[in-house]
Amino acid sequence: MEETLTLVIATLAATLRVATPLVLCAMGGLFSEKSGIIDVGLEGKMLMAAFFAAATASLTGSAWAGVGAAILAAEVLALLHGFACITHRGNQVVSGIAINILAMGLTVVLGAAWFGRGGQTPPLAGTERLNPIFFPVAGDNILVYVALLSVPFAWWVIDRTRFGLRLRAVGEVPLAVDAAGISVSWLRYRAVLLCGLFAGLAGAYLSIAQNAGFSRDMTAGQGFIALAAIIFGRWRPVPAFGACLAFGLLDATAIRLQGVKLPGIGEVPVQLIQALPYLLTLFLLAGFIGRTVAPKAAGVPYEKEH
Amino acid sequence: MSASRRPLPGWVEIGLLPLANIAMAFLLVGVIVEVIGVDPLHALKLLVLGAVGSSEAIGYTLYYATNFIFTGLAVAVAFHAGLFNIGGEGQAYIGGLGCGLAVLALDRYLPPLLVIPLAILASAAFGAAWAAIPAWMQAWRGSHIVITTIMFNFVASALMVYLMVNVLIAPGSMTPQSRGFAASAAVPSMQAALQWIGIAVAPSALNLSLLLALLACVGVWIFLWHTPWGYGLRTMGHNPEAAVYAGTNLKRMTMLAMCLSGALAGGVAVNELLGVHHRLVLDFAAGYGFTGIAVALMGRGHPLGIVLAALLFGALQQGGAELAFEIPAITREMVVVIQGLVILFSGALVHLPRPWLQALFARRG
Repeated sequence: MEETLTLVIATLAATLRVATPLVLCAMGGLFSEKSGIIDVGLEGKMLMAAFFAAATASLTGSAWAGVGAAILAAEVLALLHGFACITHRGNQVVSGIAINILAMGLTVVLGAAWFGRGGQTPPLAGTERLNPIFFPVAGDNILVYVALLSVPFAWWVIDRTRFGLRLRAVGEVPLAVDAAGISVSWLRYRAVLLCGLFAGLAGAYLSIAQNAGFSRDMTAGQGFIALAAIIFGRWRPVPAFGACLAFGLLDATAIRLQGVKLPGIGEVPVQLIQALPYLLTLFLLAGFIGRTVAPKAAGVPYEKEH
Repeated sequence: MSASRRPLPGWVEIGLLPLANIAMAFLLVGVIVEVIGVDPLHALKLLVLGAVGSSEAIGYTLYYATNFIFTGLAVAVAFHAGLFNIGGEGQAYIGGLGCGLAVLALDRYLPPLLVIPLAILASAAFGAAWAAIPAWMQAWRGSHIVITTIMFNFVASALMVYLMVNVLIAPGSMTPQSRGFAASAAVPSMQAALQWIGIAVAPSALNLSLLLALLACVGVWIFLWHTPWGYGLRTMGHNPEAAVYAGTNLKRMTMLAMCLSGALAGGVAVNELLGVHHRLVLDFAAGYGFTGIAVALMGRGHPLGIVLAALLFGALQQGGAELAFEIPAITREMVVVIQGLVILFSGALVHLPRPWLQALFARRG
């Protein structure tokens, strides 16, 4: 009995650890997508943030400087995305992909040039990392709590504030927002910057809290899983949070299920469990598990009438 | 269109604007190289020498370009239909599965003249099938093709790892790769082919798949600009409503465009597996699908432009490897940075230099 309890608690803690970057990323992405700016570049922002967090923490010895650098790096990419998609009305998907590829290359190029370890940063220890606050075993560092708080924050901002109302409006009918005398661009820029803030925190979590340093491509598709969670949550914060937890649980159990024979099914391939978030999202998108409705103006640049 | 978008003369639109975009991307690359502490001009010299300095280097440049032509065409065909296929990576990978299965099943029984065409067809068919699912989801279930093709890349990767580790691995092999293909399934190397007609070049990975890629370019050009289907496909990309009035079935056209796109991506498998590896291996398509986006954007979706862009990216890939060898401070990933910047400037920021060019060249009205 006690053994089962320990196992359950350990699995839950592992779930939370794995889900934290997904939650942060998904909440950030939600702001952007709600305002009508599709963000395929979550992955890249998170990766760039992870690199600058670890690099700065290693050079200054301060984890907080690392967090600051992570936010700054993600915001630079967020502004680039905004500049391309809002100011220049460029293709949002193309811009997001460019950011992903740029981050994939630049983190390794800069890492190799600065640290000479094939793209890795030096291992971090002590104050260079964000350490657990209450339970050392569970790994409950500050960003885990920030992630948990980001959900009610996103809900409150989007559902309960005037800014949120306008944000939703600009993602559905930007013309109406423009007609009301509110700047579509400035609203969307704020949404994109909020997105950068959370993606930056997610990146910092990966390299200076969950792991002790940056390694190449360490996001490994988590930005896309966060995107899947947003879709799964039908562009609402709390359900998206639930999807992140579910995907986190899958990931946490994948390690335990390796080689275990389930009764009636046999051995489940690890690859299947790894692909499950994507497969589930695909089923959802195909309309087999209810309908999803994206913000209407998502992906459409707004052209002001003169 | 607002008044700020006055038309530019044709040669500026086709020639100068793309060059301005690329120039900005490379200017930024120069800045990054400078930041790393390497003289950009020296790096450029090494890169060019590494890409075209010897017949071996040229061979590798053309070998990389072959892959980029396939994936560039794949992205372009879908793009002409208004569909953004980001799944070239997964389609090439699954195309490789088809290629490998066909060869493993037949190479001991059939002569090369049958095995190779069948393997090419299998690559195309599997690539097309992998693109057909997201196409069906877009056409009939209304799900966004960008998101679904991204997800299919991950699913393809997981599926291939599972199959390679558990099913297709050669007996007794420690690494996840299939048994070697019989010699009858090898696409001849360019060196062997040129020797046959009396020209001596250094051996490289370049093989006759390049001719298949060029053939695909001609085929795509004829299809898109000289057949009613191609006309319908481009109409759909420009204005779906007009296409419906013209009698195009949008659902079927979506399927056609995506299947064609997936089949073209499958060409990477021909070049890599039949031409170079001669067995089924993991991750042979890594990165080529995404570079295809850069190639298609830079080549403006036209086969001729795609060949030129593929040559540039092939040279970057090969020259970048040599550069990384000569200057340890620069890694191969510099090429990835360049790809990202090219996608940014010739894709998302394509209109950035337009106002400046308009100030210089626009016809006053």
